[in-house]
Amino acid sequence: MHDFESDRQRLFSRRTLLLGGLQASVFAGLIARMYYLQITEGTRFATLAEENRISTQLVAPPRGIIFDRFGERLAANEQNFRLLLVPEQVGSVEEMLTRLNAFVTLTEADLRRFRRDLRRKRPFHPLLLADNLTWAQAAALEVRLPELPGVSIDVGLIRHYPEAIATAHVLGYVGAVSEADLKADADPLLSLPAVQIGKTGIEKLLEKELRGRAGAVDQEVNAHGRVIRRVDERAGTPGQNVTLTLDRALQNYVQQRLMTERSGAAVVMDVHTGALYALASHPSFDANAFSRGIGQETYSELLNDETAPLNNKALAGLYAPGSTFKMVVALAALEAGIIDAGHPVTCYGAMQLGNHKFHCWKRGGHGTLDMIGAIRESCDVYFYDLASKVGIDGIAAMARRLGLGTATGLDLPGEKAGLVPDRLWKEANRGENWQAGETLIVSIGQGYMLATPLQLAVMTARLVNGGVGVVPHLVKQIEQGRREQTEWPTLGLSERHLATVRRAMSSVCNDKRGTAFGSRITDKGQEMGGKTGTSQVRRISMAERSTGVISNENRPWRNRDHALFVGFAPVGDPRYAVAVIVEHGGGGSKVAAPIARDILLEAQRLNSAATRRAPLPAAEFIPPNPANRPQTSAAGAGEEPSD
Amino acid sequence: MRAIFAGPEYAPRTEMGLFEKLMHLSWGLVLLVCLIAGAGVLLLYSAGGGNWDPWAAKHAVRFGIGFGAMILVALVDLRTLLRLAYPLYALVLLLLVGVEIMGQLGKGAQRWIDLGFFQLQPSELMKLTLVLALARYFHGLPPEQVVRPLSLIPPLVLILLPVALVLLQPNLGTALLLLLASAMLFWGGGVPGWVFASAIALGIAAVPVGWEFLHDYQRQRVLTFLNPEADPLNTGYNIMQSKIAFGSGGLFGKGFLGGTQSQLAFLPEKHTDFIFVVLAEEFGLLGALILLGLYALVIASGFRIALASRSQFGRLLALGITANLFLYVAVNIAMITGLIPVVGIPLPLVSYGGTAMLTLLIGIGLLLCVAVHQDIRLSKSGLAEW
Repeated sequence: MHDFESDRQRLFSRRTLLLGGLQASVFAGLIARMYYLQITEGTRFATLAEENRISTQLVAPPRGIIFDRFGERLAANEQNFRLLLVPEQVGSVEEMLTRLNAFVTLTEADLRRFRRDLRRKRPFHPLLLADNLTWAQAAALEVRLPELPGVSIDVGLIRHYPEAIATAHVLGYVGAVSEADLKADADPLLSLPAVQIGKTGIEKLLEKELRGRAGAVDQEVNAHGRVIRRVDERAGTPGQNVTLTLDRALQNYVQQRLMTERSGAAVVMDVHTGALYALASHPSFDANAFSRGIGQETYSELLNDETAPLNNKALAGLYAPGSTFKMVVALAALEAGIIDAGHPVTCYGAMQLGNHKFHCWKRGGHGTLDMIGAIRESCDVYFYDLASKVGIDGIAAMARRLGLGTATGLDLPGEKAGLVPDRLWKEANRGENWQAGETLIVSIGQGYMLATPLQLAVMTARLVNGGVGVVPHLVKQIEQGRREQTEWPTLGLSERHLATVRRAMSSVCNDKRGTAFGSRITDKGQEMGGKTGTSQVRRISMAERSTGVISNENRPWRNRDHALFVGFAPVGDPRYAVAVIVEHGGGGSKVAAPIARDILLEAQRLNSAATRRAPLPAAEFIPPNPANRPQTSAAGAGEEPSD
Repeated sequence: MRAIFAGPEYAPRTEMGLFEKLMHLSWGLVLLVCLIAGAGVLLLYSAGGGNWDPWAAKHAVRFGIGFGAMILVALVDLRTLLRLAYPLYALVLLLLVGVEIMGQLGKGAQRWIDLGFFQLQPSELMKLTLVLALARYFHGLPPEQVVRPLSLIPPLVLILLPVALVLLQPNLGTALLLLLASAMLFWGGGVPGWVFASAIALGIAAVPVGWEFLHDYQRQRVLTFLNPEADPLNTGYNIMQSKIAFGSGGLFGKGFLGGTQSQLAFLPEKHTDFIFVVLAEEFGLLGALILLGLYALVIASGFRIALASRSQFGRLLALGITANLFLYVAVNIAMITGLIPVVGIPLPLVSYGGTAMLTLLIGIGLLLCVAVHQDIRLSKSGLAEW
């Protein structure tokens, strides 16, 4: 009998060896795969594992500090104490909240945010419970921390402005990074929740310099993002410190002085260097509230306010310069060689041109005046006469040389260009020919003419600094970068003609007949010169003129005239130029001139102090009572709106 | 039990004493098993972040219990196993049906029976009882009949019943393992080569049809396998992280407890299916090769036992168990190294898990049993004389 059994065994052995060979080759394949992963690609996977393991966390550098010209702080970083809680380390969250209430009053909003985070985030993430703790609260909590597991105090930095209201318009403010900011700037630092970005003003302009570069901490994390330990640390670069040309004390003073009025702006500038010592717009806002984040309600309120607190009127407010423009016309006529300073014009209260009668503000007329007299008493007819001789293009050219009609080039965003009209402009923009009468209206700073207070300060500086084309600026120095420019090219104006204008402006204040005599400075060596101006907001109708012009006080606020004053001091050796506008304030001599006088006095007082003083505490400042202002003398009696 | 007379050249062996059985126990294999389980304890200690809890200690205890079961099974008379092969198969099949019905009713995925100290998965036990039943069938089949196609119908039914039930669970991995192990057993049983050739051809042709029957998550696994980088944060995450962990081990590894991927929880299922990755990351290619070598030695011993057995039942039983062991190791390592889609197959004796541990140790017990009884010749039924 055939031995099937041994056949079967032989077949089994053969097949088993074959199967063993197959399995061995599968194992060989697996070894090849292991070799590929661990040796051939080992380095790549090791790198990937390291990337998995290490999470790099950016550390925000402190934002650069902004100083005034004397090294006093205008913007700094304050410690912001934040109360954090790690849920998994706290036994019962509710019980802990009750315990914490003994130290900190938790608001509804705080609790709502906390409970939302509690649901959303993993239990080992520190959650923010309260922000902006006082030092006392933080200190009280700090000592109890051992009994409060899972609770910690985090010290962050928050922007703080010591003179928040006075400097708000210049410095601007910082705020949370927006989607648009992220799109425009790829700096990874911006993705940090605590980082604030400059939204307006110097904070925005010098954002790059002030921000600094992020440091980093490498942390070992697990797959859930829990930090296991700190591996490496790289220090960041703090933001650069910035020094401005502002004088904190003067800025503060100017802001407070403007507060006696409802709305206005003032600029104080060094006539030789163009350094701005003060640039104020009133009303202002609290920049500190903005950097902490203000509510929509407060913001809308500010936005809708008639007096536009968010608007920096010193460089974005456009006003007809009124009679402050008359020096430009005078200088244009002198430089054109058409007349000299002795040129006489007789004012009968109006001038006839074609069918139109152009009035002087003084109904009876000024009689015969030379140029100095005309500026001193602000005679309109004198300038009608000059304007008709020089022509609009000559006036416009001089206005532009003195800094009007284009942005001055200030290193702060938001500056308006104003408008100096001429023939070309009217044809291009109105499609009409220039009318001779319009030249007359421009000559007294009305009509199409528009200028910012900053431009008026620049104009004044250029008139009294010997005809140097100074450009205003705010940035004095950046830590590792540029320094201010203090030398400027000359405008090529005749010193003799400029002296005439200076003398005329001096007599405005220091001559009994001057329109600002009542606001003169009597301190020896500190006398000021200047020019009043009243900018008409509303046309005076023929009917009104016949029945008598309605006085300012009887009109609604928004229809009242703007009060202007441009000035400089000291008269002998000009250093400070000032431009003041009081919106709808009335006459320049009554309202604007006293403010300019106080500012120029304060500027000189601060400057003459041998040692630098401590900043003037706000509480000690007593605004001058308008009722106690020195009464204007008869000769300098209030100026009426020019027509 | 009656004496069985083998051929004239062999000394007839009938009964063996306990001591004799222990002498014939393959102690080398037992040592290998202990080494592998020891590696398991070590790796689970590391996977637990350097702690005995929650896995390492329990694993060691389970191994202890399973080890006892293994020795007990090894000492059972092979003839008893032959007799019990069909009844055991039927019992486990019933259990499979039972959990299937319970699962359907409960709308849950519970496919195990809670025995208190551990959860019994019938599908795991089926891996053993199917091998027993098939070995029993081919043992009893007259050798000349094995070439007849008709004689393949009963074993195919034996296979397809549990495979269908496991597929319903659905547990694709176990079903494939059952099929492949059975195929190897068929091969050893002498089924002609053309049957395998046509089965492979049929299988390839059935792929598109089979795709239709796959669950969404199963399809997703296959797609993820084909392109793991396409969706690295979701379904591809596990296999990506597994490959990163594996590859970053390099030649010597990051050191015991030094595997960043496994210690920092980037590695998924590190204590079960992906335990080999912990080894590869912390002990490098060297460590992986050593463990793979231990498995190779176990499989080689399995083949040696199969070849040494004088009965077809013993041969096929040993072959079937060895095939299962091989498939566990090969599929698991191929899966974690990204060679094949993710199927839930643990690494024998190393992965944490009660049923698998017990099943594997009982399986090795069966292997040892074959070794102990290698010289015993069996009748067709285990009772009658051949």
